[in-house]
Amino acid sequence: MNLSKFLVTTTALTLSAGIASSQDMTIVSWGGAYSKSQLKAYHEPYSEKTGVNIINDDSSAEAVAKLRAMNEANNVTWDVVDVVAADAMRLCDEGLALEIDHDTQLAPAPDGTSASEDFGELIVSDCFIPQIVYSTTFGYRTDLVGDTAPTSVCAVFDLENYPGKRSLEKRPINNMEWALLCDGVAKDEVYNVLETSEGQDRALAKLDTIKDSVVWWSAGADTPQLLADGEVIMGSTYNGRLFSVIEEQKQPVAMLWDAQVFDLDGWIIPAGLSAERQKRALDYIYFATDTQRLADQAKYISYGPARASSAPLVGKHADLGIDMAPHMPTDPNNAKNTFLYNYEFWADYRDDIDAKFQAWLAQ
Amino acid sequence: MEVADGTPLKKSLARSLRKEKLRALALIAPLLIFVLVTFVLPIGTMLTRSIDNSIVEEILPRTVLALEDWNEKGDELPNEMVFRSFVEDFQDAIADKNHTKIGSRLNYEVSGMSSLFRKSARKVKKWDLTDNAPIKQKLIEVNKAWGDVETWAVIKTHSVALTNGYFLNAVDMQRTPFGAQAQPENKQVLVKLFIRTLKMSLIITGMCILLGYPVAWLLANLSNRTSNLLLILVLLPFWTSLLVRTSAWKVMLQNQGVINDLLVWIGLITDDSRLEIINNQFGTIVAMTHILLPFMILPMYSVMKTIPPSYLRAAKSLGATNWTAFWRVYFPQSVPGIGAGSILVFILAIGYYITPEIVGGTDGIFISNRIAYHISSSLNWGLASALGAILLGVVLILYWVYDKIVGIDNVKLG
Repeated sequence: MNLSKFLVTTTALTLSAGIASSQDMTIVSWGGAYSKSQLKAYHEPYSEKTGVNIINDDSSAEAVAKLRAMNEANNVTWDVVDVVAADAMRLCDEGLALEIDHDTQLAPAPDGTSASEDFGELIVSDCFIPQIVYSTTFGYRTDLVGDTAPTSVCAVFDLENYPGKRSLEKRPINNMEWALLCDGVAKDEVYNVLETSEGQDRALAKLDTIKDSVVWWSAGADTPQLLADGEVIMGSTYNGRLFSVIEEQKQPVAMLWDAQVFDLDGWIIPAGLSAERQKRALDYIYFATDTQRLADQAKYISYGPARASSAPLVGKHADLGIDMAPHMPTDPNNAKNTFLYNYEFWADYRDDIDAKFQAWLAQ
Repeated sequence: MEVADGTPLKKSLARSLRKEKLRALALIAPLLIFVLVTFVLPIGTMLTRSIDNSIVEEILPRTVLALEDWNEKGDELPNEMVFRSFVEDFQDAIADKNHTKIGSRLNYEVSGMSSLFRKSARKVKKWDLTDNAPIKQKLIEVNKAWGDVETWAVIKTHSVALTNGYFLNAVDMQRTPFGAQAQPENKQVLVKLFIRTLKMSLIITGMCILLGYPVAWLLANLSNRTSNLLLILVLLPFWTSLLVRTSAWKVMLQNQGVINDLLVWIGLITDDSRLEIINNQFGTIVAMTHILLPFMILPMYSVMKTIPPSYLRAAKSLGATNWTAFWRVYFPQSVPGIGAGSILVFILAIGYYITPEIVGGTDGIFISNRIAYHISSSLNWGLASALGAILLGVVLILYWVYDKIVGIDNVKLG
């Protein structure tokens, strides 16, 4: 082969590899065990059924910023994006996500119940297609907390009975709520108190009592690692991460479900896709969020399916063979005392409280 | 004087020179375009973002115009006309799905604006404006925040197309109807972070000089074979991923980590008094010094390599002690290497954010961590750009100062 021919062929090859073919679909998610569960439960069966090739992109953590940049550049390369509900609201607010008619564009439950009824209150935004319910909660080292295992979230603020380091997320969300709860504020009053400047100071003052004993985390994998290393005696993280520390890695860690904060994760479709791509994305969503598919995902990770009709179908873990239902944040035994993340409140106060929180951290 | 074909020599010469110049330009064109597109353009757009505030005027044009006659410093609400213009603008914005954009823009200044716009839109959307019925009271009934002077003052204060608001925010101040004012004390953090970033970058640069100088000296003065081996030892971590090296420091420094375990084992400290050497400034300084060390050693080494060893021998044969020979003869010649290394390390350090994020805890984080937060989490790109612009300005000023004191011509990379 002469040089020019070689160059032409390689260029053509590179181009064809670089440009996604019409049968490709880019799905953005969080990576790790979570993406794996989606791959098994959604992507593989969907590719098999339709022949669409699914490309994974683990960019969900920066999804909002990246979608905004793509939109400004007028070149949206993503087809379906997995985001937490708060981000879905922001994307919808900014006009970066497609509005969905949940009843006509999503599958009804097997018994004919409409999708919007099946998802119920979890549809927190017109653009948001709920997928799972997860919770941010505490895990503790069973061998490092002494004789009485903690039963209340306030153990986090109790240095006397539970001395040692604890890990908290490096942001005000959830921490402020827990601080107020343990400072004696009633559960349904928390956000009213947090709305005021005095309330914010009060929460920070409570956090101040344990500030020297806190290791702050910013990635979901930090707390499991810190617990496994014995760096902290208790710490907050997503319940699925703790599940894998306890059940898969068999570490001496237990769950403290008290005052777990429920949050939602789900799909959005970016605004501004071509009609053909949008149709394909909607087709995927219709498939991936039906009752059986959502229940299937729970075989791989301990997050609760967002449809009411999926709950009875949740079975055993695909590899470990243990029942998944008792590990779901929504299980009645775990959900005795729960807290629902207030999207509206944090959309409004996030910037303000975050500035105060960071100033407090920097002191 | 003419050339063979009859054109004047001067003209012919100019023509061939022009040809030369064009050819030279064509040769550097790829680089020039590359630099323009990937460097000048993005930085330029970033800088404009820090003052661009056209969004308010674009989405609420009639309101901004109507608010001109209203006194935002008083305690009287705007008149019916302002309210009417606002509702007209608001309905247009809802139709274009722009109303929440303006809500999130104003929410950067005052908490609650985001939901005020989002919630009010649901009701205002359906209003019929053709009957000319009074609208002021109606809007205040939708949400009593519309009856607050503050709400309107915020809109008016932030309605200018070019704003200094982001830059004021970046230095812990805010734009108010009464001019620039300091943020409440419990929100002031950015200036502190700027100072910390500069201070710690200086410490890290200093540590790199202290640790790097002897290594570079060894590299330059050992036999080729040993120095090559040593050079590989310097380069190996340089080629290793930043994240891997940072995580390795975590394993080394943490409470139950290698260093603490070792110290407990040899009995220097007791098990319950393990050292706190990570998640604070110390951790950041150690990890970043290690990561940036090659950037100091390599320029130093290449400069030292050019200093002939005979100078030191000459100094000694003329009666200088070892110290004098080093300090008066060798060191001054190696200063350009220190200069180059210091500039590299300092400028890299000032913009670091992954390492401080992982090992910095609360008092070891840099201003870049806040920039990253505002880019990817709060989406306040205006503030992020202003912070970035200030950082860029600080670096340029320091570069200028450095040029005045040391002279940039004295810096050598080899």
